[in-house]
Amino acid sequence: MLVLLRNPRRELRIDAPPNVEALLAGLDIAPESVLVICNDTLVTRDARLSDSDVVEIRPVISGGAHP
Amino acid sequence: MKCRRCRQPAVIDVRRHNAGFCAECFLRLCREQVRRAIDDFAMIRYGERVLVAVSGGKDSLGLWHLLRQLGYPADGLYIGLGIGAYSDESRRFARSFASREGAKLIEVDLPGDFGFDVAGGARAARRVPCSACGLSKRHLFNSTAIDRGYDVVATGHNLDDEAAVLFGNVLRWETGYLGRQHPVLPESPGFKRKVKPLVRLGEREMAAYCFLAGIDYIIEECPMAEGNRHLGYKAALDSIEERSPGTKAAFVFGFLERARDRFTGDAEEEREDLAPCTGCGAPTPGAVCAFCRMQERAAPAARSGRT
Repeated sequence: MLVLLRNPRRELRIDAPPNVEALLAGLDIAPESVLVICNDTLVTRDARLSDSDVVEIRPVISGGAHP
Repeated sequence: MKCRRCRQPAVIDVRRHNAGFCAECFLRLCREQVRRAIDDFAMIRYGERVLVAVSGGKDSLGLWHLLRQLGYPADGLYIGLGIGAYSDESRRFARSFASREGAKLIEVDLPGDFGFDVAGGARAARRVPCSACGLSKRHLFNSTAIDRGYDVVATGHNLDDEAAVLFGNVLRWETGYLGRQHPVLPESPGFKRKVKPLVRLGEREMAAYCFLAGIDYIIEECPMAEGNRHLGYKAALDSIEERSPGTKAAFVFGFLERARDRFTGDAEEEREDLAPCTGCGAPTPGAVCAFCRMQERAAPAARSGRT
């Protein structure tokens, strides 16, 4: 499967883990810090994954001086 | 996972609510949370002129969209901070949203209108960039709202922002700041009312709202924010929240209900010492406000090429 990561932007090709929760654990990413978008659809932690999926892991944390 | 409300497949899990939601029910939940925040804290009355502080990020664009969905025809204010490609990109998202929604976007440019950028302001005022940025934005949002006759300024501070600020203020026992921390800062001489309608929604919920509502926003982090203290507080709170969902909401709303009153006296004392800035008229504890002082130092340096 193809995984798109941000900050910095990069791509990974990996064997699909069974679900989103396992994917995030394998990448050491806190689930509450990201959205997971699989094939352009927002998915939950228990969503199943396959090798043909394209998954974006989008960070949600914003910092600095807020307006 | 099923949607708690309609039992259709969920697209987002919200651990704080111990529930999943489908897209339609989640968008409705967000509108309900903002509606409740506005009502509970008497933030905005229908008919008032609302100015939304817009950065091009998920919180401000999501807020602007939510307010318009709820029947508040708010205008936006974007401030160009002179942070290179990041400012160009964030401005593009703000303009694109305004165009899509048919909404009015006011633009102020720190380098073009005031002669310095955030990096130069930070150097001149010996502040970290986020401090110079925050100072500039607070000043310009308020002064623009006054100059253009708006009743209220709405900012995209979300639950995570409020929890992180509260955490920092408690760690340092900043009693004046604690007394002022509230989803509504009422109007006072020289200050427009300032409201935070996203106080009941977390950072992840706002990102999901924008994605599901089809709102494009700048995802990349500001290049100047790396390593800032606020992000460190967020990371610390996130690790607690991961093990104990709901902690951040309990922290913020528990403070508002049971502790804030103890500090309001400290905040009022600080406000009593304010007088108009000799440069711009904004309330300040000294003769010249911090923004004018920063501009006095940074603009000549920028003109002479020292920034």
